[in-house]
Amino acid sequence: MHDYLLSLLIWLPIAAGLVVLLLGERNIVAGRWISLLATLATLALCVPLWRDFNTHTAAYQFVEKAAWIPRFHAYYALGVDGISMPLIVLTALMTIPVVIAAWDVIKARPAQYYASFLIMEGLMIGVFAATDALLFYFFWEAMLIPMFLIIGIWGGPRRVYATIKFFLYTFLGSVFMLAALIYMYVKCGSYSIAAFQALPLTLTEQRWIFAAFLIAFAVKVPMWPVHTWLPDAHVEAPTGGSVILAAIMLKMGGYGFLRFALPIVPDACRHLYFLIVVLSLIAVIYIGFVALVQQDMKKLIAYSSIAHMGFVTLGVFLVYAILRNTGTTHGAAMGMDGAMVQMVSHGLISGALFLCVGVLYDRMHTRQIADYGGVVNTMPVFAGFMVLFALANTGLPGTSGFVGEFLVILASFKANFWYSALAALTLILAAAYTLWLVKRVVFGPVGNERVAKLTDLNGREFLILGALAAVVLLVGVWPAPLLKVMGPSIQHLVHQAVATKIPA
Amino acid sequence: MITLGDILTLSAILFALAVAGIFLNRKNVILLLMCVELLLLAANFNFIAFARMRGDLTGQVFVFFVLTVAAAESAIGLAILVVLFRERRSINVEDLNTLKG
Amino acid sequence: MNPQLLIAIPLAPLVAAVIAGLVGRYIGRVGAHTITIAGVALACVLSLYMQWLIYWGHVPSFDGPVYTWLVSGGVHMQVGFLVDRLTTLMMSVVTFVSLCVHVYTIGYMRDDPGYTRFFSYISLFTFGMLMLVMANNFMQLFFGWEAVGVVSYLLIGFWYTRPSAIFANLKAFLVNRVGDLGFIIGIAALFSYTHSLSYQAAFAAAPHLAHQTLPVFGGVNALTLICICLFIGAMGKSAQVPLHVWLPDSMEGPTPISALIHAATMVTAGVFMVARMSPLFEYSSTALSFVLVIGATNALFMGILGVVNNDIKRVIAYSTLSQLGYMVAALGASAYAVGIFHLMTHACFKALLFLAAGSVIIAMHHEQDMRKMGGLGKYMPITAATCWAGALALVAFPFFSGYYSKDAIIEAVGLSHRWGSTYAYWCLLLGAYVTSLYTFRLLFMTFHGEERFRNVRAEHAGHGGHDAHGGHGVHEPRENSLVVTLPLIALAIPSVILGYLTVGKVLYGNYFGSAIMVLPRHNVLARMARDYHGPFELGLRGFLSVPFALVVAGLVTAWLFVLKRPQWADAAAVKFAWLKRILDQKYYFDWFNEQVLARLARGVGLGLWKVGDQGLIDGALVNGTAKSVGGVGGMVRRVQSGYLYSYAFWIVSGLAVLLGWFLLHA
Repeated sequence: MHDYLLSLLIWLPIAAGLVVLLLGERNIVAGRWISLLATLATLALCVPLWRDFNTHTAAYQFVEKAAWIPRFHAYYALGVDGISMPLIVLTALMTIPVVIAAWDVIKARPAQYYASFLIMEGLMIGVFAATDALLFYFFWEAMLIPMFLIIGIWGGPRRVYATIKFFLYTFLGSVFMLAALIYMYVKCGSYSIAAFQALPLTLTEQRWIFAAFLIAFAVKVPMWPVHTWLPDAHVEAPTGGSVILAAIMLKMGGYGFLRFALPIVPDACRHLYFLIVVLSLIAVIYIGFVALVQQDMKKLIAYSSIAHMGFVTLGVFLVYAILRNTGTTHGAAMGMDGAMVQMVSHGLISGALFLCVGVLYDRMHTRQIADYGGVVNTMPVFAGFMVLFALANTGLPGTSGFVGEFLVILASFKANFWYSALAALTLILAAAYTLWLVKRVVFGPVGNERVAKLTDLNGREFLILGALAAVVLLVGVWPAPLLKVMGPSIQHLVHQAVATKIPA
Repeated sequence: MITLGDILTLSAILFALAVAGIFLNRKNVILLLMCVELLLLAANFNFIAFARMRGDLTGQVFVFFVLTVAAAESAIGLAILVVLFRERRSINVEDLNTLKG
Repeated sequence: MNPQLLIAIPLAPLVAAVIAGLVGRYIGRVGAHTITIAGVALACVLSLYMQWLIYWGHVPSFDGPVYTWLVSGGVHMQVGFLVDRLTTLMMSVVTFVSLCVHVYTIGYMRDDPGYTRFFSYISLFTFGMLMLVMANNFMQLFFGWEAVGVVSYLLIGFWYTRPSAIFANLKAFLVNRVGDLGFIIGIAALFSYTHSLSYQAAFAAAPHLAHQTLPVFGGVNALTLICICLFIGAMGKSAQVPLHVWLPDSMEGPTPISALIHAATMVTAGVFMVARMSPLFEYSSTALSFVLVIGATNALFMGILGVVNNDIKRVIAYSTLSQLGYMVAALGASAYAVGIFHLMTHACFKALLFLAAGSVIIAMHHEQDMRKMGGLGKYMPITAATCWAGALALVAFPFFSGYYSKDAIIEAVGLSHRWGSTYAYWCLLLGAYVTSLYTFRLLFMTFHGEERFRNVRAEHAGHGGHDAHGGHGVHEPRENSLVVTLPLIALAIPSVILGYLTVGKVLYGNYFGSAIMVLPRHNVLARMARDYHGPFELGLRGFLSVPFALVVAGLVTAWLFVLKRPQWADAAAVKFAWLKRILDQKYYFDWFNEQVLARLARGVGLGLWKVGDQGLIDGALVNGTAKSVGGVGGMVRRVQSGYLYSYAFWIVSGLAVLLGWFLLHA
């Protein structure tokens, strides 16, 4: 089974999605159950993936390879290491709440809705599992289509603007990446990512390729100043779309930096790291202030996502700052570990927060903060979850949100006092915007008669929020297994990142 | 003796006439169709002339193809014209700008 | 020492909290309070057992890991315990006060719909506080630090329908986060030198760090920066100026947590932390001077605010601020043991004062304004007597426990030669007068004099959900039931005698041993020990000291202005109106935070959003690109007229151009 486990992970949800699509809207009951079972089965497939993962090697595991387009030496090549494996598990995990959350909420074309998410799940797993650059690019772009449809069909009133903005932004970025990939293919005659990583490149070439990667991944993360598509996309997307967008799609930018930028163009990264560090710190602080004044819950959480992703890019590129400051890479792995944990944790927490907003939106059909107030009076259980996830979003120790930020702050001090001081400002800013949101929405006297008529969580909602809460706490209290999985790959990446590739 | 140059001159004149007809005619779609036919005929003359010069029949065979296609094309063109007239009560070229960007 | 038993100490309240929190509605009120009290009682018994083991049993202190939190880049971060004499003392104080408060809560929260939730929170708090004091590494310290902060946040906002409560809890959390910012930077700085988060590594590196320079602010001593950053964390948690603003507002929470969290335990976490870090602070005189000045400032100026306030709980809150200032000043004078000793006695008498105030508040049907009280002494004899005991301890009346700790602080600071110690000494001395003034003012206004509550016709309606008594007219205040008075008595006993019993051991008997490190040249306590001849002699000496004279002066002033000549107080208020305005505005700290800082933050956010995001990025770049594409398209589309002849023209002219180009290049 291990010989084709990754293929199963990719194609099982896609096949299930096609089945749901074929069954159509008239068999939606069957379609729903098939969707749920498929997502659960995908998560179940992650069990052997995690269990049999060798945590002592940085090499690709569960490798598959078959000819795909022989003429271009492109292979259907799959494999995972410590960087991609946790993200695959995260993808499989976060699709389940999306399916459950849509259960009887999505009234218009539910079969197509489920099918989109299932297909997207497979494609996203494909992005993380691909070890061939062309295959990676295929999944990377193909994934945009279901997302485009999800926002465009089930979105809010300004969905057309949001979808076009989203699509153009991300597509523009990826085209540059494609150009860089083709350039390297021409140079080395293979699309294998490993071959790219071994390919010697002059500094000028590296800079151009880095620029292409930066555009592609910075849009996806998203980094300041190419972030403005995210709040719009989130606001217009249906709940499930927001969850996947925040939990998984943003991670692809961070994953891209780790998989492509650092190992393929290390010299360019070393020359231009300062740019990324500055942009990351701007993301943390600037976006933190912007989040403070948002009136729309989803927009606020979207901005908070950008700020949190700033920690990811900061953590990834700290290796160069540390190298420059101390002459060693001592502590660099900690920054990258922090970035990875932050990605996983942000996936869980922001996903959960969007689900919370979805719970409220399903009842009140408004996302404006001003329309709420005193929700705790009528929805005490929900309020408990919301406060928990909000506190996790502020980086409370004991929740997963703390681990990544803590590691990145510790590592950044080795690079520069000011990096850590500015990054740590998130302690105040995140607390300010998140808890102010909680204060205005959850606490206080009952705001209006619509709030007074709210009903608390039903079993379905309780199940998904409860499960996510458990995972958030587990990762916060005992992150060791996660770090153990990533360890060797991160170590290997640090070596790659500081080795020079300029031909002598 | 009719030289190659003479025939080419004739076809060039025909072509120029047809182009001028397309440019200048602002009233009647039928005239446009006729001009298009003239363009094709000019091209056909060239085919025949060169075929004779080179002693190669392929060019002349090609003319048959062109004539056939031209016939079919004018038939369809006229059919469209009839439908257009029924729809618009006019075949004035000035009125036909629904493709305006 | 048995690690399993140690794990059980924090775990017992945690398990109880989780049970009460998750299934509280199924086990009911009795179930909830039974299980949480059982959990805390277990922790308390075990803590006292540990205390006994480590002091009388001569068991060596425990320092070991429990489990590995994570391994990153070769650094092992572990959750572990360091249990030595300092820790066990704190554990005993925390669990004992917590137990008293648990029992008291049964009475205080009897009518509250959030009964089980409250028990769950305070047990969770006990867990967080125990994790904090038992930590053997900075990660866990920070965990406990934040955990108690969060529970404090939840408890201040316990009555979440009150706008003032949810304002106060947000404020408390944010101000604490400002402190935590410093704290985490301090931890990161320390980590960058030691590559470890354990205390041991940090302490071992301290002498070496004292000679390192960090290239920030033009080069500062690394250890000084670390210590000041850590202390900024303590300033947040222990409410030192200018991060003190949250503590008075935190009185929006129910009284039991005012006693437990905002007087006895959580706010002293900063004091504990500095004492714990004494091997670091000792090598940085600059940092200690900073600590000393901040503490002394707090002791005097926050006490003054207590004199003008009329809310019984807020007066005690300002008193807490002032007493925390005393403890911090003691730390700044390298008299860590005295700071901890005052922490211990203060935990007892301040918790007692709060619970007594709570008892009064219950009797007054949740009225907290002292101007509507008076003469309660004869209706509530137990409360009044215990409150007097607590008050005498607070003002450092000789032989009461507060005397032994507070007088030692003043003396220690007086003996210190550290930069700023003269200023600190005068602040603390004047503070003694101020303490006495507000304390006796509170006692007189509440328990003595005219029975002003008779003038207030039953206007209790509208005080939340607490008017379950539903009576009419003026009630005679009654003494509360045993669940309320028993904890009062339980706390009154140590408030009176704890100092007498333990001063010899804790202060002058080298109780802390290696748990607290003091360099010989800073050791003021050793000099004081030379003059120590037993607690009785020390108590007698107290009657002749300057601070005692100031206490008596404060007593007389309070008596004059409150009982004898109340009109003088009004006259003074008119005459010194400018002063009163400053004090009523609490030195304008709140005004500054709300009107300047908060507005500035929102303004910056709004500016960045509207101008940066919407104007420049979206407006100019994103939509600007779209507009310019559209503009070019608008121009180009004119070519597409829709007329056949114009298309033909373009085709032919294009053909001509291409042909011409080919011909020219051929």
